[in-house]
Amino acid sequence: MAEKTALYQQHLQANAKMVDFGGWEMPLHYGSQLDEHHQVRQDAGMFDVSHMTIIDVSGAQSQDFLRYLLANNVDRLAVDGKALYSCMLNEAGNVIDDLIVYKQAEQRYRVVVNAATRVKDLAWINQQAEQFNVTINERSDLAMLAIQGPNARSKVKQALDAEFIAIIDELKPFYSKEIADWMIAHTGYTGEDGLEIMLPNTQAETLWHKFINAGIKPCGLGARDTLRLEAGMNLYGTDMDETTSPLTSGLGWTIAWEPTDRDFIGRKALQAQRQQGVTHKFVGLILDGKGVLRNHQKVILANGEEGEITSGSYSPTLSKAIGLARVPKTIGAHCEVMIRNKAVPASVVKVPFVRHGKPVYKLIAEGVSS
Amino acid sequence: MSNVPNELKYSKSHEWIKQNNDHELVIGITDHAQTLLGDLVYVELPEVGQTVEQGDESGVVESVKAASDVYSPVSGEIIAVNEELEQQPELVNSDPFGKGWLFKIKPNNLDELTTLLTAQDYQAHIE
Repeated sequence: MAEKTALYQQHLQANAKMVDFGGWEMPLHYGSQLDEHHQVRQDAGMFDVSHMTIIDVSGAQSQDFLRYLLANNVDRLAVDGKALYSCMLNEAGNVIDDLIVYKQAEQRYRVVVNAATRVKDLAWINQQAEQFNVTINERSDLAMLAIQGPNARSKVKQALDAEFIAIIDELKPFYSKEIADWMIAHTGYTGEDGLEIMLPNTQAETLWHKFINAGIKPCGLGARDTLRLEAGMNLYGTDMDETTSPLTSGLGWTIAWEPTDRDFIGRKALQAQRQQGVTHKFVGLILDGKGVLRNHQKVILANGEEGEITSGSYSPTLSKAIGLARVPKTIGAHCEVMIRNKAVPASVVKVPFVRHGKPVYKLIAEGVSS
Repeated sequence: MSNVPNELKYSKSHEWIKQNNDHELVIGITDHAQTLLGDLVYVELPEVGQTVEQGDESGVVESVKAASDVYSPVSGEIIAVNEELEQQPELVNSDPFGKGWLFKIKPNNLDELTTLLTAQDYQAHIE
């Protein structure tokens, strides 16, 4: 039996096409994935992301524990409420999952990991926590709504009381704030402005309806995927997994190498990789010919070397096929992608493709390989 | 529920076939197929003048999420393709049995039509 979020009945009422996603029955779309994509780029949409796994870490050694568990450094969370994106690595320096960690207060952190990785993540975190004085507490009592788009915050404010409005007005990007048993975060996965709200399952339905009345439209996981791809954001299990290093997944920027005496899981392996020199890198591709980029299509470089599309789809904002790809470092400004046995030309770009409703990608200059 | 017009023939692979006359069949994909695929963003059609056998891959329809082959339900020669779909693939979603047609075939052998499904058979096939 697939798991259901607190908003399951609301999805059915909104005529959602439901699909299995990592063991959860989730809305793929509510009629048109493309309309929902544009809704977020141009106005405001909301996603039920209650399937994601919320884990609270508390106790005297919670900071030490997270310093060791994560490749990014929670010491960077100097202020209560601040959020940090990080990879959680295995000893081989490959990616167990990617996550956001919020510092709620001293000795109290909240970690949000993926849904499909829930079981292995909890097992790993609990195993690593044995050496530390910390408490690990999964919060399956909480629902989570992501409200995204240029009008997301103003429409959320229309639906909420004064004390919430004051918090939302003050909340800087990548910060969060607790209010009673809610948590409001200025974060998202779309490349637009927006909020992510965690609240008790029992209150989710009421909030959902308030948001609908404020003109925020439900959007499904289909649009969530094309939005994050346009925003150049990685998807776990597709763009990186336990066989790939963050260094070849476009995630090198999330590794906190300094201070050099911080021991974190995977550090030794990553340092060895860096010394040997990585052979691959992670790039964006825009298809110049006809067709749609798809996961696992082969990328052919001008010198004959090969890479692979890790996430490919159609960009509703650019009206072009776009993708993320792991390719040999020798790639130049152009390459070809094998689509149904035909080599179709593509351009190499620096991501993101789209931010705040507008194309922002940069073509890689000819003859440069960084 | 999907629309399954009575006057058309169908294939198990979700193409519909309309017989304009003995020399011209129109082919498209069904309402059921377009619903399953979702918003179409790209359609690849055969070349006019190309000859196809019954069951040949003769095109591809791609939605945001998935690609699906289109099979020729009969043998013959491609005599027209719907060029509007290059700019407006969404016509297949909005009007699968009308403006969203894919290509026209001059059939080699009209007997092949008897191998296709009636509307009633197709309805049962998708239920």
